[in-house]
Amino acid sequence: MSGLERDGAPGEVPVAAPVAVPGAVSGNLAVDVRGVSRVFAGRKGASVTALADVSLTVAPGEFVSLIGPSGCGKSTLLRLIADLDTPTAGEIRVFGKPARQARIDQDYGIAFQQAGLLPWRTVSGNIELPLELHGVGRTARRARAAELIELVGLSEFAGHYPDQLSGGMQQRVAIARSLAESPSLLLMDEPFGALDEMTRERMQNELVRICAETSAAVVFVTHSIPEAVFLSNRVVVLEPRPGRIRDVLRVGLGDTGGRGETLREDEAFFHAVSQVRELLHGEAPAGARGVEAR
Amino acid sequence: MRRSPLPARRFVVGTLGVVLLAVIWELYKLLGPAEGVVLGGVTVLPRTSDIAMPHLWVMAARALEPVTGAGAAVPLWRAVLDASLFTLGISAVGWFVGVTVGLALALLMQRFRLAEAAVLPWIILSQTVPLIALAPLVRRWGSQIQFGAFSWESWMSVALIASYLAFFPVSVGALRGLSSPDANHVDLMHCYSAGWWKTLWRLRLPASVGYLLPALRLAAASAVIGSVVAEVSIGLRGGIGRLIVEYAGAAGGDPGKPWAPIFGSVLLGLVAAGFVGLIGLGLRRFRRGEVAA
Repeated sequence: MSGLERDGAPGEVPVAAPVAVPGAVSGNLAVDVRGVSRVFAGRKGASVTALADVSLTVAPGEFVSLIGPSGCGKSTLLRLIADLDTPTAGEIRVFGKPARQARIDQDYGIAFQQAGLLPWRTVSGNIELPLELHGVGRTARRARAAELIELVGLSEFAGHYPDQLSGGMQQRVAIARSLAESPSLLLMDEPFGALDEMTRERMQNELVRICAETSAAVVFVTHSIPEAVFLSNRVVVLEPRPGRIRDVLRVGLGDTGGRGETLREDEAFFHAVSQVRELLHGEAPAGARGVEAR
Repeated sequence: MRRSPLPARRFVVGTLGVVLLAVIWELYKLLGPAEGVVLGGVTVLPRTSDIAMPHLWVMAARALEPVTGAGAAVPLWRAVLDASLFTLGISAVGWFVGVTVGLALALLMQRFRLAEAAVLPWIILSQTVPLIALAPLVRRWGSQIQFGAFSWESWMSVALIASYLAFFPVSVGALRGLSSPDANHVDLMHCYSAGWWKTLWRLRLPASVGYLLPALRLAAASAVIGSVVAEVSIGLRGGIGRLIVEYAGAAGGDPGKPWAPIFGSVLLGLVAAGFVGLIGLGLRRFRRGEVAA
């Protein structure tokens, strides 16, 4: 736990992470975003540039957080990777395929801020939904759902309906659902944003454990600095109007398997948090200044 | 989820409501002025004479007596019941056709935005055409339809008019229901590369149940009303609508008689609404999270 190192010099826009990540050769990347812009056409010719020339790579098994103030295009970027939206310019490849093909091939699992469970399906039924849509047989579906319910620690609730669960439990079901097809990439858009702080930290611990178990790459959108630092291998800091990458911070807080509650008290953790905060506030990180009171 | 009141309690409250109505009727008859309440030449409250407002027990007793003085006449309640069943059958056909057409239109409008823009105004406009104007037209057109062994019967005209009223709430309600899923859910289905049909079956239809059931109930009531009114305007014999008109003529000498078919039509509406209630019971799973309706 030697702390942190930054990608690129201050002020310089980091195009892609230096190839320090194992397997980060083009074509072998989980996500490869190249020069992507997204412009939303507004009324009366006024258009909004949500993303301007963004480039980013995510290696297999890597946990990358996107953080930034609202309007910086972090969710837009995630939606572009998920092929829920198409870029105005640039190219996005997921496991070497165009984003659209990756979606059709179900190469990723996704979770949103709202759990988005279907209220008329039980916990188990909700997790089975993607499998059902893709023609997996009943017994295989049951078995997989049971496995995932176990993974997220909801075994007693398999037959419950979403309205009988707390927000945290619903979100766990949503995460289990996103894992249903054993994707090598997870896209998560503020999945813990609507949860209280206690539940949130517990969910983060669980996500770290689940990621270690499944070894999936994760692109994680958040606006919580500690959350981003705690979970990630790299934190991508975005700035708004137009949305672009300000800096990328490598957080070397050990592999995902070794992270636990103690990490939150760790000196390196606080250091990384203050560094991300300074990046967000648009200043050059100065380690000596320590945690800034907000 | 809020629990709805116990069935037993709901039953008691419902019965009390009916009893209250009966008490009000009898109290007004007892205490109200004989000539009614007239304000500026307009009768605001009815006269309390035995002809205008017969006692409830007169209505009940009359229902048990034969229809006419003729020897072979069946009891009045029996005649009313037969007529009600006849009308119920026609209403059911009208309801079924109306629901089918309404659903089809809603699906079309959900699928194609253009269809929504083109069809929805006409659907709303269709309900402004008075039924009375429509009935003779339908009968005239229907009488010209004949192919092979099939020929258009009068009851089909009545059913068609009933369906004309019934399709409206279904098409509007179903369209709202089909468009009701969150953007979140629609995105999710897109991520799963589920096509329109799969999205319809797994997401839109289940999500629409909460909107569809009130629409179906409204459609059932509309089908009954449509049938009763259309029977009168088309002149179809055998149904409750015809009976209401026929017995109304007897009011002068036999004040209890016209009330029997009126109660018959109330019963008809209740049965129709109850039938939709049963459908709702079967679809309970899809109404989770909904506040008791």
